[in-house]
Amino acid sequence: MTDRSVTQDRAPQGGATPARRFGDAGLLAGLAILLVLALMPQITAVAGGSYVLNLVMKAMILAIAAISLDLLIGYSGLVSFGHAAFLGLGSYVTGIALTEGIYGALPILGLVLLICGGFALVTGAISLRTSGVYFIMITLAFGQMLFFALSSLSSYGGDDGLTLWDTPDLFGAYVFQTGSGLFYSTLVVLALTWLAVGRIAGSRFGRVLRAGKESPLRVGVVGFDLYRFRLAAYVIAGLFAGVAGFLMACHTEFINPSTASWQNSGTLIVMVILGGMGTRNGALLGALFVVLIEEALSRYTVDWKLIFGPMLVLIALFAKGGLANLLARVGGGR
Amino acid sequence: MKKLACALGALLMATGMASAEDLKIGLVVTLSGPPAVLGKQIEDGFKLAIDDKDGKLGGLDTELFVVDSELKPDVALTRVKGLLERDQVDFVVGTVFSNVLGAIFKPVTRSETFLISPNAGPSTLAGRNCNPYFFSTSYQNNQNFETLGKHAKEQGIKSVFMMTPNYQAGRDAVEGFKKYYDGEITNEVYTPLGHQDFSAEIAQMSDSGAEALFTFMPGGMGVRFVKQFRESGLADKMTFLSAFTVDEATLPAQKEAALGFFGATNWAPSMDLPQSKKFVADFEAKYGYIPGGFAMQAYDAALLIDSAVRAVGGDLSDKEALRKALEAADFESLRGDFAFNNNHFPIQDFYLLRVDQRDDGKFWTVVDKKVFDDHTDSFAAECKM
Amino acid sequence: MSSTLFLIQLLNGAQYGVLLFLIAAGLTLVFGVMGFINLAHGVQYMIGAYLTFMYFGVTGNFLTALLLGLVTALCLGLALEALVFRHLYDRDHLDQVLATFGIILFVNEAVKVIWGPGTLTLPAPEFLSASLQLTDNLLYPVYRLALIVVGVLVAAGLYLVVTRTRVGMLIRAGASNADMVSALGINIRRLFMIVFGFGAMLAGFAGALAAPVFTLEPGMGDNLLIVAFVVIIIGGIGSIRGAFIAAILVGLIDTLGRSLATDAMNLIFDASAANQIGPSIASMLIYIFMAAVLFFRPQGLFPAKGSA
Repeated sequence: MTDRSVTQDRAPQGGATPARRFGDAGLLAGLAILLVLALMPQITAVAGGSYVLNLVMKAMILAIAAISLDLLIGYSGLVSFGHAAFLGLGSYVTGIALTEGIYGALPILGLVLLICGGFALVTGAISLRTSGVYFIMITLAFGQMLFFALSSLSSYGGDDGLTLWDTPDLFGAYVFQTGSGLFYSTLVVLALTWLAVGRIAGSRFGRVLRAGKESPLRVGVVGFDLYRFRLAAYVIAGLFAGVAGFLMACHTEFINPSTASWQNSGTLIVMVILGGMGTRNGALLGALFVVLIEEALSRYTVDWKLIFGPMLVLIALFAKGGLANLLARVGGGR
Repeated sequence: MKKLACALGALLMATGMASAEDLKIGLVVTLSGPPAVLGKQIEDGFKLAIDDKDGKLGGLDTELFVVDSELKPDVALTRVKGLLERDQVDFVVGTVFSNVLGAIFKPVTRSETFLISPNAGPSTLAGRNCNPYFFSTSYQNNQNFETLGKHAKEQGIKSVFMMTPNYQAGRDAVEGFKKYYDGEITNEVYTPLGHQDFSAEIAQMSDSGAEALFTFMPGGMGVRFVKQFRESGLADKMTFLSAFTVDEATLPAQKEAALGFFGATNWAPSMDLPQSKKFVADFEAKYGYIPGGFAMQAYDAALLIDSAVRAVGGDLSDKEALRKALEAADFESLRGDFAFNNNHFPIQDFYLLRVDQRDDGKFWTVVDKKVFDDHTDSFAAECKM
Repeated sequence: MSSTLFLIQLLNGAQYGVLLFLIAAGLTLVFGVMGFINLAHGVQYMIGAYLTFMYFGVTGNFLTALLLGLVTALCLGLALEALVFRHLYDRDHLDQVLATFGIILFVNEAVKVIWGPGTLTLPAPEFLSASLQLTDNLLYPVYRLALIVVGVLVAAGLYLVVTRTRVGMLIRAGASNADMVSALGINIRRLFMIVFGFGAMLAGFAGALAAPVFTLEPGMGDNLLIVAFVVIIIGGIGSIRGAFIAAILVGLIDTLGRSLATDAMNLIFDASAANQIGPSIASMLIYIFMAAVLFFRPQGLFPAKGSA
């Protein structure tokens, strides 16, 4: 890893932290993680098998949602407790479209973006009138409303959910069929999300958001309409999470309202915090860590939460800034 | 970076172990949270059957992989893929809940592994989505409710107040009951899942003037409701008809509050059949509690596998022959008469049950009367198989 | 709906509201005074119930068990404060969320391991086990009435403590400006400890009182925690008065909504659609209410911060 002091010297105005957050080290580490992920089909062919590949795929899909959530939590200081709603909405739009005879991936994705974007625009416009913990709770409220709405769709299985017997196709190619096709599609979406959020964070748009996180008042004084910037960020995050929902429906071949539950929203938040919010790779690492560690621990005991719970407490107490910072410190300390 | 790779490697090792045995069975049940009581019954019932066969189902050394669905469809799906791909199981037995079954159904049957449900029986899997690789040793979900509906009609009950949780199984319950009952339905009330305080609903009941109550409140909801219903004094005024509400899973907590209440299903631990009596006695001796229908159906699932594997001489590769052997259902079911319909759901008798106290003070259900003889579910006609 | 039924529903709603208040009171103080997001508050509710259950098994007396349970809940709360929470006061809200989420996972699982996953019941105390004849065929357990009375008494007591005593003054000062209190030379750490321990005990008290009505289950506090958060947000963080009014409102809306939503939908839709939509709307009502309150008053009904 690059020497930290070098990146710090090149830090733009605004202190040392952004340098470590957005420096080359983070970029390289992120690329390395993506490279490892890209080689997973080959790695798991040697050890672990397709079961582990499946697990990694699930983690990658959740990572897309987590990275998009970090755009809100980490960069904008907006803790959304209803982000899983977009996962649920994306998967339901996909599932319902397939059931109703729309099989093209492009029209389905178009619908996903339209509906998730619309939902984000409306709920965001209302939610962003509040801030801080009130924002947490109002996003929870919208998440819960969607959850109950999905549960009541009894023609689509109600809360039993619905098995999907078809797969979306892209001009006749089944790149979203569970297996290696879906794996590489997911990888591409993940890489794009990671790059996009990284770019957004470094752009003028991202700087306004971050400045708004530190001091909303000052941003207003300078002449930016922070509300609009935040609403745009909220919609962008919702769109990415919606696409993650689409991928999840393809991966599980099953849709279920529990995808949109508040527990799931909480898990996404935990992934972001655990990984290190507002860092280039935090959300990505957090999602991988949570999914893999849960599964590994549950192999040993049904009561794995007895181990996982204290682990979270220890990370909160001792690893300031989450896993990403922990890794950076270990890397930088050499 | 290296450390990350090492950590990742260690995780892969931890999650990717496999070993070789003759007959491998994956058991997918819920062992987290309050519904763990039901998952435990299935696990215990299945293990008892393996023990009774000296660790060999169908004459093959049997290895059992138990995984916890955590009542989360996505978790169940991940773990089932582990069973299929890592452990290479020959049979998957599960689940307790319909939504979990829905999540694992496609991957299991697509991999041409036989899936046997010891409890969940959603209508779609009995009807248009029936599958050559799916069998049920329980019932189609609506059947217990149909039993109550038919009983209510036969009893000449004039009006019924219906209350179920607001989820799919609750709506199936209402549908099943109405199929046979044609009297007046004063109210249809749907409560949130996991409902705590039934006082508002109980007040509505007393106001409705209905002759009987029909309800389906599984698990902790049932414990709370039965207790609050008894305290309200309505128990003396309304007939209590229920399914999965007063059973061996909830009676240890409900105790005398449930005494005299009615349930309906395909078996009761008090049933006077030699194989059933032996099973209940062995089960109680080994696990220290009275088995319910969940444990019975799991035990039967193991017997079914045993009979089929034995019939094909331990050759698990010929799926066609194995399916034929499973369809024959050549085993002595704990509930007595048992045969598979065209949709691989059982043809069996259904009973009205009543909560009773045993001589040792414990509570269990006893058969009040037989309501259906060789009952088939109403979705079999939709199954093209 | 007949007027008697309506009155009964009001009573039920009030009882639910009172219970919510007992949970929300501690939460709003810890949040308001310390700025600490304590997700583990629901777990403390569960612990109170299970401890009382355990002591009841030993002593066979509800009140003794309740007392012992409260003392133990207080000790556990203080131990948690010293071990974990104390080190997180100055940290980001989200570190607190992560740590307290970890505590939820651990304690829920530990309770399952110790007492088993099944539902447990606790009988109401002997002297409150009678019932009132409410209508011709409906009895109402006296215990539930006692619950309302106790809840209102606790609310009144809390209100007096907060408005009339020195500790209460500090709590109010802390809720509106913690730095200033600290600057004035008050031992803010000790104040935090007291508030936290007291909050944990209140939640445990609510759990113990609720146990005879609602039974015990691992994870029984999780959903109530969310509703309690809804309550303190509607009421305005840090405000005892707000928490009480919001708790009663939420209790009434939820209870009445469940019996009225389907009837209301019947006016618009046919019966089967109404049965479909009504219960879903009923489940959403408190969230819709919260969203509406925040839309018009982004700081809740009685904001503590910045107000006199």
